[in-house]
Amino acid sequence: MYTPVRNQINYNQFQLYGLISLRVLIGWHFLYEGISKITNSYWSSAAFLMESKWIFSGWTQIILTNPSAVAAVDFLNMWGLTAIGLGLICGCFARWAGIAGIILLGIYYLTNPPFLELEYSMPTEGSYMIVNKNLIEMCALYVLTVFPTSTIVGIDRLIFKNESKH
Amino acid sequence: MSENKSVENAGRREIIKALGTIPVLGVFFYKLFKKHALEEIRNASVMEELGELKKAPAVITSKEPGKLLRLGIIGYGGRGHALLRAAGFTTPEWTDDAKQRAEENKMDKGYETFVGQTDLNVVLNGVCDIYDTRAEEGLAASTNDDRPGSGTRKLTTAKRYRHYQDILNAKDIDAVIIATPDHWHAQMIIDAVQAGKHVYCEKCMTRTTSEALDVYDVVKNGNVKFQLGHQNRQIETHLKAKTIVEKGILGPITLIESTTNRNDPGGAWQYEIEKEGTPKTIDWKQFQAKAPTKLPFNAERFFRWRKWFDYGTGLAGDLLSHEYDAVNQIMDLGIPKTAVASGGIYFYKDGRDVPDVFQVVYEYPDRNLTYMYSATLASGKSRGRVFMGHDAHMEVGRDLTVNPDPQSTRYKDKMEEGMVSASLPLFTYTTGSKEIDGITSATSKYFAKKGLVYTYREGKRFNTSHLHMKEWIDAIRHGTETSCNIERGFEEAITCHMATESYLQKKVVEWDSVNRKFI
Repeated sequence: MYTPVRNQINYNQFQLYGLISLRVLIGWHFLYEGISKITNSYWSSAAFLMESKWIFSGWTQIILTNPSAVAAVDFLNMWGLTAIGLGLICGCFARWAGIAGIILLGIYYLTNPPFLELEYSMPTEGSYMIVNKNLIEMCALYVLTVFPTSTIVGIDRLIFKNESKH
Repeated sequence: MSENKSVENAGRREIIKALGTIPVLGVFFYKLFKKHALEEIRNASVMEELGELKKAPAVITSKEPGKLLRLGIIGYGGRGHALLRAAGFTTPEWTDDAKQRAEENKMDKGYETFVGQTDLNVVLNGVCDIYDTRAEEGLAASTNDDRPGSGTRKLTTAKRYRHYQDILNAKDIDAVIIATPDHWHAQMIIDAVQAGKHVYCEKCMTRTTSEALDVYDVVKNGNVKFQLGHQNRQIETHLKAKTIVEKGILGPITLIESTTNRNDPGGAWQYEIEKEGTPKTIDWKQFQAKAPTKLPFNAERFFRWRKWFDYGTGLAGDLLSHEYDAVNQIMDLGIPKTAVASGGIYFYKDGRDVPDVFQVVYEYPDRNLTYMYSATLASGKSRGRVFMGHDAHMEVGRDLTVNPDPQSTRYKDKMEEGMVSASLPLFTYTTGSKEIDGITSATSKYFAKKGLVYTYREGKRFNTSHLHMKEWIDAIRHGTETSCNIERGFEEAITCHMATESYLQKKVVEWDSVNRKFI
């Protein structure tokens, strides 16, 4: 079980600010992705799921055939992204937010992986070969999970106050 | 005292560190609010112009099912199957196949859409086809209870008719669907109206101009409900496009461009020549009785009749007719003053005499506009259907987009104020954007893109032909008007024939509306 311990690692100032900045920036990205989906009544994960290739394609087909499953995926995406974003920015249960973010990005990556042998009908906004932004952001979240900062700067400092004094 | 203060300071430091990143949220939501506020102002200023348009799609009007209506079908080929399905009847082969397709591909909604259609409270009492195989299929369809409203009434096998006049004389038939080749349309419509049967006829309304004049006069003076098979009349985006034009959102429209872009053999009318189709199973004499050229039995001409002017109307009556009717629906254009057409047989050099590449330019001097149509059967590059106005242009298909013109007079002030952006659409509408389709063949995709296969009412998917059929049946029962009535049908036929005439005669064709003839 996860027990955050404040100052587990002694960061110097540059390291600390660097890590906090990364946490807040990724949080901002998640939060805006979530909010923009919530505020756009036309958004649906269906188009993304339809494009799915590789190991998850069978799984996405099952979701697509069931409108309530699509609605559930939409809901989880909209509010999951928003919650992860808020958690990272505020440093509130930030490690859980990070882990959830890794899982979510992992699903996005595996649903539409940028492998050479796969062709998508929609062009991507950049040029990717195996490595894409999802993979990089996922890796960055992993770094944030193993180098936590929310118990130094973040609401976790108050939440996990008692544990940290042991 | 100083100890207390240092504890207090330490507590404050704790709070500051805990909430250190919260200001970022403040910036985030401030920016978000500003962005949304700006969008709202933009929307409000655009909505002022667009009024109710953004509201949910038109509601399907449910009318009393009324008394049972007895249908007959003349011609149970490709379109005949589609139209009868729209009326709620199809072969067991079709339903079995559709169920199988749905099982293999969960996104294939063909079966679901069919059984989800409104039960129109009709029976199929007569099937007339000169080809035995198709007539038998029609009879099988009449008792296939795998249909909308399954189990609600007892279905009995329809009677087969070998000659259309016999089905028109039948006492147990109130209305007929005509889905034969074009060369038979006029005679059948005229005879049906004179026999007091309501008529739903496939496009093109007639094969020739003189037939169009005769049909117009007979239907106009008759006492039946007539619907021409332009199911585009039911497409949601077309209804919205009409309002946009009426509200003057586009400003003066001086040019309309619409196109056909197909690139598959089916789309070029290379239908299957069924091996069962022989002089024994096809009444060839009756088939070509109304054709100008009489030939010995020819299976290709029977199955692929759209390739010859003897039976069909070429690209003009086949596909321009859809495009023209969509434009006519949106703009109420009527018959143009002049037409000039060109084209040729450039790809399918297979003995056909109708062009596979075809262009026509229509002039409407009274409306200060040109309508230009261009078609190819040998390239699938989508070119859209565009209404070009001085203030904005509108693209209409399955989706609808209105983009402001950077040089617009109407939106000049709004563009300067930043309320309207020349690079962003003024209005977009995506049909059933939360739905997923599983349409497979290239021709199906072509029609789906044009919005000719499915449309949506209250978020539910409907086959447009079904809505068009329903409108006709409602009109018969309740005395309402059909949207593609004889007036619209006459405009469609004359406009299409002007293009064919110009193509064949290689000259500008002018319509003399007083004397009802080409000059």
